[in-house]
Parts: sequence; structure tokens; C-alpha cells
Amino acid sequence: MFALAKWVLGLLVVRKKSCNAAAFLHLPPWRQPFPVDPTQFYRQYSTRNQKDVSMFPVENIRNFSIIAHVDHGKSTLADRLLEITGTISTTGHNKQVLDKLQVERERGITVKAQTASLFYNHEGTNYLLNLIDTPGHVDFNYEVSRSLSACQGVLLVVDANEGIQAQTVANFYLAFEAQLSIIPVINKIDLKNADAERVEKQIENMFDISKDECIRISAKLGTNVERVLQEVIEKIPPPDVSTNDPLKALVFDSTYDHFRGVIANIALFGGEIQKGHKIMSSHTKKTYEVSEVGILTPNEQPVQKLYAGQVGYLIAGMKEVTEAQIGDTLCLHKQPVEPLPGFKSAKPMVFAGMYPADKSEYNNIKSAVEKLTLNDSSVTVHRDSSLVLGAGWRLGFLGLLHMEVFNQRLEQEYNASVILTAPTVPYKAVLSSAKLIKEYRGEEITIINPSEFPDNSMVSAYLEPTVLGTIITPDEYIGKILALCQTRSAVQKDMVYIDEHRVMLKYLFPLNEIIVDFYDALKSLSSGYASFDYEDAGYQPADLIKMDILLNGNSVEELVTIVQKEKAFTVGKTMCERLKDVIPRQLFEIAIQAAIGSKIIARETVKPYRKDVLAKCYGGDISRKMKLLKRQAEGKKKLRKIGNVEVPKDAFISVLKRQPDK
Amino acid sequence: MAGLRVPRDRLPAALRRLLRAAGGRRAVHLPRGEPGRTAALYVHWPYCEKRCSYCNFNKYIPRGLDEPAMRSCLTQEAQTLLRLSQVQRITSVFFGGGTPSLASPLTIATILDTISQSTHLAGDAEVTLEANPTSAGASRLAGFQAAGANRLSIGIQSLDDSELRLLGRTHTAGEALRTLEEGKKLFPGHTSVDVIFGLPGQTLASWVRALEKLLPLCDDHVSLYQLTLERGTSLFKQVHQGSLPMPEPDVVAEMYEAAREALQEAGFRQYEVSNFARNGALSTHNLSYWQGSQYIGLGPGAHGRFVPLGEGKSLREARIQTLEPDNWMKEVMAFGHGTRKQTALSEGDVLEEILALGLRTDVGISHQHWLQFSPSLTLGDVFGTSEEVKELEEQGFLILDSRGLRCSWKGLAVLDSLLPTLLNLLQESWAERTSHGTRGRSQPGLAGLDGRCPPAKDPGDG
Repeated sequence: MFALAKWVLGLLVVRKKSCNAAAFLHLPPWRQPFPVDPTQFYRQYSTRNQKDVSMFPVENIRNFSIIAHVDHGKSTLADRLLEITGTISTTGHNKQVLDKLQVERERGITVKAQTASLFYNHEGTNYLLNLIDTPGHVDFNYEVSRSLSACQGVLLVVDANEGIQAQTVANFYLAFEAQLSIIPVINKIDLKNADAERVEKQIENMFDISKDECIRISAKLGTNVERVLQEVIEKIPPPDVSTNDPLKALVFDSTYDHFRGVIANIALFGGEIQKGHKIMSSHTKKTYEVSEVGILTPNEQPVQKLYAGQVGYLIAGMKEVTEAQIGDTLCLHKQPVEPLPGFKSAKPMVFAGMYPADKSEYNNIKSAVEKLTLNDSSVTVHRDSSLVLGAGWRLGFLGLLHMEVFNQRLEQEYNASVILTAPTVPYKAVLSSAKLIKEYRGEEITIINPSEFPDNSMVSAYLEPTVLGTIITPDEYIGKILALCQTRSAVQKDMVYIDEHRVMLKYLFPLNEIIVDFYDALKSLSSGYASFDYEDAGYQPADLIKMDILLNGNSVEELVTIVQKEKAFTVGKTMCERLKDVIPRQLFEIAIQAAIGSKIIARETVKPYRKDVLAKCYGGDISRKMKLLKRQAEGKKKLRKIGNVEVPKDAFISVLKRQPDK
Repeated sequence: MAGLRVPRDRLPAALRRLLRAAGGRRAVHLPRGEPGRTAALYVHWPYCEKRCSYCNFNKYIPRGLDEPAMRSCLTQEAQTLLRLSQVQRITSVFFGGGTPSLASPLTIATILDTISQSTHLAGDAEVTLEANPTSAGASRLAGFQAAGANRLSIGIQSLDDSELRLLGRTHTAGEALRTLEEGKKLFPGHTSVDVIFGLPGQTLASWVRALEKLLPLCDDHVSLYQLTLERGTSLFKQVHQGSLPMPEPDVVAEMYEAAREALQEAGFRQYEVSNFARNGALSTHNLSYWQGSQYIGLGPGAHGRFVPLGEGKSLREARIQTLEPDNWMKEVMAFGHGTRKQTALSEGDVLEEILALGLRTDVGISHQHWLQFSPSLTLGDVFGTSEEVKELEEQGFLILDSRGLRCSWKGLAVLDSLLPTLLNLLQESWAERTSHGTRGRSQPGLAGLDGRCPPAKDPGDG
């Protein structure tokens, strides 16, 4: 008790100092516009002018998130909230301040969640509003759920023009299951085709929320945004925590800073934390000494102390982001606590091979991958090598978008050119005998590389990952969509009208069926109107087999594929056809076959060359021809020989690579 | 003899040449291993009446052509390069283009005179002139004969008027046949025709019909070229825009096969991928390219391969003359020649050419021929133990026996698929030999060989 009083006293002193600072003369501290450049900020305020958050008792704190379908205006609303509260200046240039990455702004999605503490005076009381931004895509569902677990309420933003979309539904249920207060916000009412009334009806229909509760806003113009803040204060409860409890902090995000190491974003569910505290990770049991705590505005701003109910960051000498895993609970070293529920390590669901387009770039790409994964612990990296593509990696991602974003960041931020192979999913095999279980140290084995697919005789069942997909579409496209889902071996679980013309469909999909091109196919057959989202639905038994691709009878290791038995013919045929287009004719016939065991299920033939000789070869032609021949001879050395068949690298690439339109 | 009709003022030169014209067909087999320094000589006449739709050769449509100046430059360059090469004998001369039949007989005569004066040009040496049907009326052809040409290569290309229009030719099939008749009269046994197949819209049947029409009419030499679409030509553009359908590769292969069989039946020997001769009427000049002999190229854009002994060098060089006629002329006037680029070829480079070019002929590369260029690394050393060569032999593409290395009938049609393998083997054994320090021969040995054979011609055949 005594110690606590002393801390408070210390803080008061600091606060006094900060109030004397010239920069804070005209505005209350929570209205101070903070410089955006974090280094500048750091230099200026780190020692003398630390902001004091102790003046906000728990009842004056609100922790909330904004959740929305892609492009419904989440980041724009966040910008306005930051402006209104004076967190950032109103220059008109604040476009999606929380989306820092180029890829985020380009794609209109949030990859890396950002957090900002807002200070707001409502009816004479100063409030601390912590806006916890969430990643905006299904691939990051786990991160979204962790962000949400640091909140007590959400703003559910819906586009007044587009209405409820698949991701709106998914996000709603995440918030609903977390028992959060939900404030529906209808955005973009300034648009010509906006129909707020229709959207309100959808919300009432789907989510059982009275349409009177909806706030109609235009985040772009700032219309009604102030009211959003008031509702946050009135409708969202303060966190139910106490500073008297032992420290219990949820890690809901982490970033890596080149100079300072890991910066973990935390929400305090109990106790307090400050520099010098010895803390422990409940997951790894590793201990650390806290070197800095602070709030995010949205740049890091150190404070003396963080208290239960508050949200901020912590630096404690963690060297890798894997040490600050999302969902982990931090506590005082000497006072272990029951960890917060729901922690799980990030589990990659989509795997793909990544190889340098130019082998000499290996080291550059390696270092780029390392740098990117510093900030994204959910990407798993295993070294891999292929006879054709050389040395590379097998990377695991949370989902397809996650993979694309990673690839795009490599290209944009590190100027790296890579070949990405078609993605695969992790299958499982249930071993059939006690002996095998002992040998493999477990009843199940996970198969990431198709060449490791265990033989039928060892296995009592194969399992594949499935997802529950939500599709929302205008009803005119239902026929086509049902047909599409059928070709993807999906099982219908639900179908409801959300208003007179829109239907929500729920399907159980094998994950493998949606990872390559499902979304593109759905968008194209619905003229872009259907939306799609999915959530993990666990592993289900599946009739899986291993398919070989043979060239003149010899199996091509790189092209071994795991398929559902009933799909084998279609997949095999497509692969054979694709190969036929890319394997150059040779002096003899080439049989391209798809085989299950010893049974051939598809075949294409590349006919032999019957004429391949330059017609004219005199003076000037000779130099030209020799140059060409020598290049071909050189190229021949690099061809991969499968039996007697020479296959150029490009042929593998075009078959292994993702094909957006096939 | 046609020479008798030559105008009096040109008689002396013409008389000299008459002896040559009478020389008739000569045995033109593999190099005769002459110790003397010899070369073939190619003269490029860069002008045409009109651009053909398929042709990407170095040719120009002249505006105010100054033929005397061109003539003087060609002779000057001849003198310079002959001196530079120090060859003692020119084995054949080929006037290609462009359309050399557009040049005046005087120009042809003057160049031949210059060669005779600078070095030895044997009386029976083959002197070929390329001619286009329209620009070669009977009297003109006689003039060329009088000037010293003793072999004619007529660019007939097709006997179908619509195909000729497609190719952008200036003549009709009728005119082509008339020129062929005139040529045969003036150069009996020494008149060749060029024909193109694999044209847009052509079918196997229409091609076979064209051959049936041509074969009874032609002389003892036929060159059959598959149409190659060259970038930058109007035909290339039309095909790539999709307005002209090219026959499928398999159909073109059948056309080639049908032609080979038809010509064989008509008594022709296919002595090279695209060249057929009967009664021994092989082109000495062109054979010298495929046998890896030295050749000197004169005129804009002409290519050469010879050892510039006159510059004190001992390595064979690949030489290219300046492309554009006006610039070439300026350079010749300023420096005596218009050589724009000269690249020294290593022994290995030369061997690679010997291999790639020699296999284009029906006789291929004999052991003796190979040893002239590579005394220390035999064909057996390079190819005898290779599994890949064995495979190619078993598949019936290649023959390596006591005579040497050559393509089978089937192999000749797919030579370009065989060569990368063979070139890699050669490169490997050559590198191995060199690294073992068994440098059997020094450069002068190669130079000596270079002195051996006949000359060449350029990308000239329009």
C-alpha cells in the first residue's frame, strides 16, 4: 500500500513538470497534437514530458475496436476519430493514418493492426478512449479475435451503399461471441446510392439490433462522427478490472523495432506495470525486465506507468516477435496468474514454396524474408530446395491474402523477385498401428510436403482442413454460386435472405478448394457483387490420394499432388494439359501422364519434332545461327532431365505457379 | 557460245572469262587439302527494285544510285581485302544481294577483273550471279555471261501468282519460267532456282502440285527454303496480327519431306539441308561455307571469315562490313575497306562452326576433314564414348562410323535439335584437352588450314 502511494506521488511530480512545459500551455494534455515522426517525438518527450495516464480511473476508460468489411470505411472513420480528439492534426491529409504499409493503402485492408489512445472530454469528464484497430481480413481472424478480447465494445461499420457483406457477418459474430457491446454505424451516407434504411433493416434482420441504435455517418465528411464518440462513452462499459489485482496483461499485437527490439502491445486486465518490473510470459515462461511502457497516439509515447484497464505498449528486451506471441499473458515474475483464455500459437493454413527468380538473389531474399518475419510471427519459414527451382523456402501463411500480402511486401519493400508455387494445405493422416504411433510419436502426422504423403497401408484415415464459408450475394446470382460451390465439393449449411434481394449462404468447404481461385471465380460470376469470408472449421475425414505426374513413365518429384479421390481425374487432366503447352517438342514422343499408384488416369502427348533445321545458312546467317545454337547448348545444360525428357525450368514454373485464371 | 554476242568494247575481259565459263561442272566434294592459301569471295549488291514482304536482308531501294561510284568502291574493297588476306587463289565468286542482276554487266566484269589482277582466279572457278526474273531479260543475262558469270541462281520463289504477290515479288510465274528457260539456254547445267515453301495458305497438296510443275522444267540445281518469318518484315507483321494463317509445323515438315522425296525421285542428290543437285552440279561456293573454308565478303553488310595475314594476325576472324551503302562507300573511300567489325575466332570457335555447318551436308564431316582443323582431338575422342551420341545413333538420327560423323536422312531434318548436344560435347572435350595442357597445335597451324578452301556468300539471297 505504501509503495503504491509512493508511485502515485512520483507520478504527480512528473505530471506537474509536464504541465509546466511550454508546449502544453494552451491545450489540456489530451488535446495536444503530437508530432507524427516517432523519433522526433521520442527525443522531445521521453524524459521530461511524460504523459500521465494515472489521472484516468478505470471508469473513464473505454477500449473499443472498429470492425467492417473491406472498404466500408473503417480506416477513414479511425482517421476522423483521431482528428476530432486532437490526436493528429486536421490537415486534410490524414488518409488512413493507422494503415502504415503501402500494401495496406493500396489494397484498402489493414494487415498490421495499429492502436491509438484518444483523449476526449465528454460532459466535463476526461476520458481515455483506446481505439484498437484490427486487421481487416479473414486470414487474420485470430488476430482480430485477440484484438477484440482487449475491448469491451466495437463499432460495426457497414457501407450504406453495399449493405451487410460476408465479413460484416463474420466480424459481428466474433464480437457477439466475445460478448462485446456492438454499436452499428452506417457509413458513406453522403454517397448518391446510399440506402441507410435498407441497411438498417438488414442489421435488424441479421443481428437483432434495433435500427434506432444505428448511427448514420459520413466518415469522409465527418458527419455525425462526434456522436460516435459519445456513444462509445455511453454504451460501451469500462473494463471490469482492478489495479489491486496482480499484473495480468494480454499481448494483442507485437512489432519489431530495429533499435529497440520487440514492442508488445498490451491490454492490462489487472495490476499495473512500469519500468524495472520483472515480468514473465505465461506461454514461454521466460522472464524479462521492463525497460519502457507507454501509450500509442498512434506513435509510441512513453509513460511512467500503465494501469489496469489501459492499453499501451511495453519494451522488455525481447529479441524476437515469437517471444511476444499474440494472445499470450504477461504477469509479474513473482506473481504468476491464470493466463487469459483463448491463446493459441499462430497456425499456418496455407503453404507455398518460394524461390528466388534469380538464384544469385538468394541471400538478398533470405534477408528480406527474415526482416519481414521479424514483424510477422505468424509466417512459418522452412528451408526447402527443388531440383528445378534451386534453394528456397516453404512458407506457411494464415491464409491466401496473408500470402499475397507477404509476397507483395517482399516485392515492394525489398524489391525482391520470387517465384511462388501454387499453395497447398496441411493434411493429416491418422496412423493405423501402435507401432507407427510410437515411431512417429503421435497418432496423427501432418503432411505439408506432398512427397511425404504416407501410404494407405499406414493410415486409418486421412483428414483435411475445412472452413465454414459465408457468402452474401444478390439473389440473382444464387444459381451460379450454388453450382460453383458444388464443383468445390462444398456442403451447404445454411441459406437465408437478409433482405428482399440478398441472400446469405453458408457452406462447409475443404480449405484446399478455396485457396487458389475461389474468390476470383465468385467475384467474376457475380459481377463483383458477392462477398466471401470464411472461418476455420477444423479437420474432417477425406478421401485423399497421392497423384504422380509421369513423363515417359518417370515420376516428377516436384509435381506430386495430394487430391481428393473424386477430383483426381479433373486435376490430373488439367496438369497434363498445362504441361503439354509448356514442354517443348523433342526428338521423340513425350507421354505426359497423371497416375494414381500404377493406374494412369490422364494422358497428353507431345509429338516429336519432325523438322527443326534452319533453312538458310550462309555467310551472315552463320554468325547468327552459331550464337543461337550456343545459347541453346548453354540452356540445355540447365534443363532438368526426367528420364530422357528435358524440361525447361519455365515449364515447371508455369505448372507450379499460381494461375489466377484457371 | 554466248560470249560471242558481247559488245566489242568489253571483249578482252569477256574473252578471259570465256575460258572459265567453258569450265563446266567441277568435282566439288570435300576440301582438297591444298596447301596454298585460298578463299571464296562473296560480293553483296545491296539494291532491289522493291522490298519483298518476307526479306530481312541488307537491301535498299536506290534513289539516284551512282553505279560507277559503287563499282569503284567494290573494286577498291576487293583490292584491300585480298591484300589483307594474302590469299593466293580465289576458288569461287558469288554475286548476291539485294538483286545483283540489277547491276550492269560492266560492274560484274570490272570486279572480276580486279580479282584476277589481285590474285589468281582460275579459269574454271565458279562465278554465280543471283538474278530476279524481271530484271533479267535474255540479253541482260547474256551480258552477265560475257562479263564472266558462269552460273545463274534465279529467285523464282513460287509458280503461283497469288503466292508471288503475297511475297511481294515483282514478277509473275510466267516471267519466272521464261527467265528459267533463258538461263538454261545460256548456262546449261549451271542454272539454279530458289523456291520457298511453307507459305501462308499453302497446303501439302498445293506444294506437291507446284513441285510437279517445277521439276520437269528446272535445270540441275534447286534450293528449297522453308519460309522463315523474320522480325521487321511486313509478312511477319501480318502473320502476327493474325491476318495470315501459317501452316502448322507438322504440315511444313510434311512439305519438306515430300519435296525431298520428289527431288530424290527426279535424280537429285540432297547435298545440304536446302540444296539439291544432279549431274554433280553442286554449288562450289556454297559448299565452301559448310566446309568451313575461308571466305571474303565485299560490299555493304557482307560477312567474311579469313585470317588477315596482311595485318600479321594468325587467327581467323569473323568480319562484317558496314551495312548502309552510303556509309560503307564513304569508309571504303577513306580507308580502302568498309569493315565495321572484326572478331577473332578461337580454335574452339572454328571447330564449333565446322561441326554445325558440316552436319548440314549429306556427307557430313569426314575424319580427314575434321583432322585438318583439329589434328589432336579426333571425332572419336569427342563423340565416340558419349552415351547421348549413342542414343541419337540408336534413334536413327546420327551416324558415326569409319567415314566420319553425319546425319541420317531423318536426322538432317532435325539437325538443330541435335546440335546443342553435340556442341556441348565438343565444348567439354575441347576444354578438357586444353586444360590438360596438350595444346597439340599452335595458332599458325590453324592459319595454315584456313588457307585451304573455297569462299562464301552472305545474307544476300533475296
